[in-house]
Amino acid sequence: MKFLCLECDEQMRFAERQQPGDGTFAAAFRCPKCGRSVALLANPMETQLVDSLGVKIGGRTLDRQPMELARSAMLGREDAFEDGGKGEAGSGERPSPSPSWSPAATERLERVPNFVRGMVKKIYGDYAKQHDVAEITPEVMDRARADLGLEGI
Amino acid sequence: MTFRTYAQVAGADASGLADQVAAQRAQVRERLHAVRRVVAVMSGKGGVGKSVVTAALAARAAARWPDRVGVLDADLRSPTVARLLGAAGPLRITEAGVHPAIGPGGVRVMSTEFLLDRGRPLAWREPDAERFVWRGALEVGVLREFLGDVAWGELELLLVDLPPGADGVADLAALVPDLLGALAVTIPSDEARHSVARALRAAVEAGIRPLGVIENMAGYRCPGCGEAHTLFAGDAGAALAAEFGIPLLARLPFGEGPDVEPIVEALA
Repeated sequence: MKFLCLECDEQMRFAERQQPGDGTFAAAFRCPKCGRSVALLANPMETQLVDSLGVKIGGRTLDRQPMELARSAMLGREDAFEDGGKGEAGSGERPSPSPSWSPAATERLERVPNFVRGMVKKIYGDYAKQHDVAEITPEVMDRARADLGLEGI
Repeated sequence: MTFRTYAQVAGADASGLADQVAAQRAQVRERLHAVRRVVAVMSGKGGVGKSVVTAALAARAAARWPDRVGVLDADLRSPTVARLLGAAGPLRITEAGVHPAIGPGGVRVMSTEFLLDRGRPLAWREPDAERFVWRGALEVGVLREFLGDVAWGELELLLVDLPPGADGVADLAALVPDLLGALAVTIPSDEARHSVARALRAAVEAGIRPLGVIENMAGYRCPGCGEAHTLFAGDAGAALAAEFGIPLLARLPFGEGPDVEPIVEALA
């Protein structure tokens, strides 16, 4: 998908995306020459069609999570998954320090359905590691949501 | 008004969608690199005992290759094989991926059985409107995740239990270019023969090699007198084998522990 500024005959660049949580999706593109912006607004069906392909409009800002499509899209049991730690014993993976969770952030995380909580926790954890944040607080979660375009979760 | 069209705008797709799809495929390839054989178990018709045959094959293969056999239940809407193999969740997630459940026989299993609430049908969070537009893509996406996001480990054999019908085999072929082939399960009846033949043609057209036919419910033995009786009229197994030039690998009687060793031997 490409957006072309007809005034400038320039390809527009992806600027940001928003998922307001109502099943719809918005992405903004900006002309690098004149600065004009346009927004792509997708209805729930169109949003779901793209999500079903396991791709992200505007590109990925986060690494894929294991089975993120099934975990986010399927109506499933809350105890389907459990956090199994670092992986296979003897796999040679070097553990990296994990950020801690403040009580308020933990309380907020607990409001996320069990079914997707592990994935959401990992997203915030990865964000904290990438930004050298030692403790995840509600403010860090808000910042991550804004930075990563996660308003829908 | 004149303006440039997609191909005339030289810049890259802003979303890198082609790259994202390529990354998905690379993930599947990388994950299955340690799997020596991926074999589909298919049938054009439901109710022929395909999952029972798959479970029996997996159990027998696990005796030959301990801890190196897996089953992917691609029948997302009607998962059966996990229960037959005694595998249960919850599924463990680590940095290596989602770990398959392991039954008492040592077979590694991935199935929607572990994800769905007991007795609930497969359902999606998204709105019902125009569901038919995206549901197929979503189901193929979940199948792709079952292949690429599950930490299968090193396997000698991964059996993929396909749903009834001809569509699933083409989807699998698109996802797994190195598929060894497909086993077709039928019952003796003429109706089953025609249905399975359609599915086999779909497999051939998708570039999948049919490995052989398994005729299930090929008669039964009376528990009282011990005499063998016909359960379904017909010879679908032999007819399909002749039509497609493939071996009839086994004729399995109803109600007895199926002897699938010759099939495992054929796959070895």
